[in-house]
Amino acid sequence: MSKTKLRIENLYKIFGPRGKSFIDPVKDGMSKQELLDNHSHVLGLNNINLDIPEQRIQVIMGLSGSGKSTLIRHINRLIEPTAGAITVDDEDILSMSQLQLREFRRKKTSMVFQKFALLPHKTVAQNVAYGLTIQGEQESIAKEKSHKWIESVGLSGFEERYPAQLSGGMQQRVGLARALATDAPILLMDEAFSALDPLIRTDMQNILLELQKDLHKTIIFITHDLDEALRIGDNIAILRDGKIIQKGDPQQIIMNPADDYISDFIKDINRGKVIEVKSIMQKGSSKGTSLDSSCSLEDALKVLNNEKNNECSVVDDKGKKIGKVTLDAAIGALFREKASRNKEKYK
Amino acid sequence: MDWLAEFPSLGKRDLRDLKKGIDGSFREWSRSNGDAIEAFFDPLYFFLVWLEKLLIATPWPIILIIVAGLAYLGSRSWKLALGSVVSFMLIGYFGMWKDMMATISLISVSTLICIAVGIPIGILMSRYDRVQSAITPILDLMQTIPIFVYLLPVVMLLGIGRVPGLIAVCVYAIPPIIRLTNLGIRLVDKEILEAADAFGSSYRQKLFSVQIPLALPNIFAGVNQTIMMALAMVVIASMIGVKGLGMPVLQAVQNQYLTLGLMNGLAIVALAIIFDRVSQRYGQRLQAHRYGKEHE
Repeated sequence: MSKTKLRIENLYKIFGPRGKSFIDPVKDGMSKQELLDNHSHVLGLNNINLDIPEQRIQVIMGLSGSGKSTLIRHINRLIEPTAGAITVDDEDILSMSQLQLREFRRKKTSMVFQKFALLPHKTVAQNVAYGLTIQGEQESIAKEKSHKWIESVGLSGFEERYPAQLSGGMQQRVGLARALATDAPILLMDEAFSALDPLIRTDMQNILLELQKDLHKTIIFITHDLDEALRIGDNIAILRDGKIIQKGDPQQIIMNPADDYISDFIKDINRGKVIEVKSIMQKGSSKGTSLDSSCSLEDALKVLNNEKNNECSVVDDKGKKIGKVTLDAAIGALFREKASRNKEKYK
Repeated sequence: MDWLAEFPSLGKRDLRDLKKGIDGSFREWSRSNGDAIEAFFDPLYFFLVWLEKLLIATPWPIILIIVAGLAYLGSRSWKLALGSVVSFMLIGYFGMWKDMMATISLISVSTLICIAVGIPIGILMSRYDRVQSAITPILDLMQTIPIFVYLLPVVMLLGIGRVPGLIAVCVYAIPPIIRLTNLGIRLVDKEILEAADAFGSSYRQKLFSVQIPLALPNIFAGVNQTIMMALAMVVIASMIGVKGLGMPVLQAVQNQYLTLGLMNGLAIVALAIIFDRVSQRYGQRLQAHRYGKEHE
């Protein structure tokens, strides 16, 4: 495991003029509904604890109103928490002065927004250079850097256009380039691709994953789309009514959904494509063909079916044998009921 | 049952004493401080006179060229530039050139003052809700109080002439620019402001690189309104001795000179239309980037 970059501890957010005074009742179990009905305060976040590892993509998933956008805005303090602690590189965000906070936002974090939030009166090049400009970077350097990032998101030739002249997908590429241009180690993406249509969304995901291979940023990615979460997330935290109800890597969440809500969430996914061989691996070894541990179930089934005794060995990315997989287990994992009944066995 | 039929009021004598007392003390205050206040406004007076003299002394063809140039630069429309020049020529041809120059200098100076004072006030209002709630009723008062009511103390303080006229015009014309600056800044998209914050902008950076540029169309609508209201004050300002196109209108009203009134009135209308169209077009061009040109 890589080291923790960002740690969120016991974070609460209660919206309303007297939020602080309701912390104790909420800690004692007052429900969101009760707080709203009796006191007209909204419970935004309820005891969030999350360690976000360095250089990975942490997805925070939830439906609208679950508090995910509120949560991401706590990381750069666009929203002040009611109680709790947030540390980045062991530095306490919440005790920062306005000046320190500004410096933190300039150097450590950058953000991509759902509705792009580009400056409509500035050109693409000026938008991308915005973060550098306000840091007082020399114009020539800012221009050079922004040019590089415009190129890396595939927008060369559009430098002098205005945002309104671009399509949604192109605008969000500008948003991404603007966020990358400041070289901040933490990238906050608030439903960054949700406003785009499906094909362009996939495009943008590819661009992000491709860039991440070189950049190794700590990315916090908010989405309400499970496919997107499974596709890009190294880790996923699922949020509901301001509470984290499950966190783990995508395989863990699919194989062992924490409750009915999450089971419901994942019931429509294509399990054959998403589940990887390593999730259904058993101890031991087999003489059959070697399968890569991240091979999908779908691909594995074809191979297993052709094997004589329907068994394959599993190897890690260095080619070392780490276990075996059987056709029965693979078929079982395709069907949720069976998978959950047998989950102890496959753990 | 007498007390029911008559509204309980201050006695006639008390009331008279009260009014007399306030009048007397204000008169006294203005007598002792009038010179100082006049001295304070002296630079304004000199600027106004200087501009008026400059406009009158400048050969008329040059003025026409400047008018055409400004109209074209503002609106990017040849028609409007040509129309402005023709109107100016007609106004001059009917013997109103000097009066027109006096009016233009008054309008220019009062608009400049309104912008210089109004925009900072509007910015303050947009930043602090308290300032907004303190200033809004003052603006309401300025816009609804009968003009003659505040004309009186101004005249008592500064006498009759250009400067009191200018102040009266500014009091009447400044509210729209303040209101629209405040409104324009408050209407700037919250998400864009959030983005500016997220990248670590200071208040100043946010104000000058995001809020004001995005509020410009609204601010400019305020400038346009201010110019229009200043023009509307031209006749009333002439009552306290401001020269210009308003003076003949006033004479016409007093002496039933139908043609004189009509000619000068139409000249004011022509100026108003030119100022309005040019400044509006300019304001529209400021927000061209919002809609973008079509995708290519």
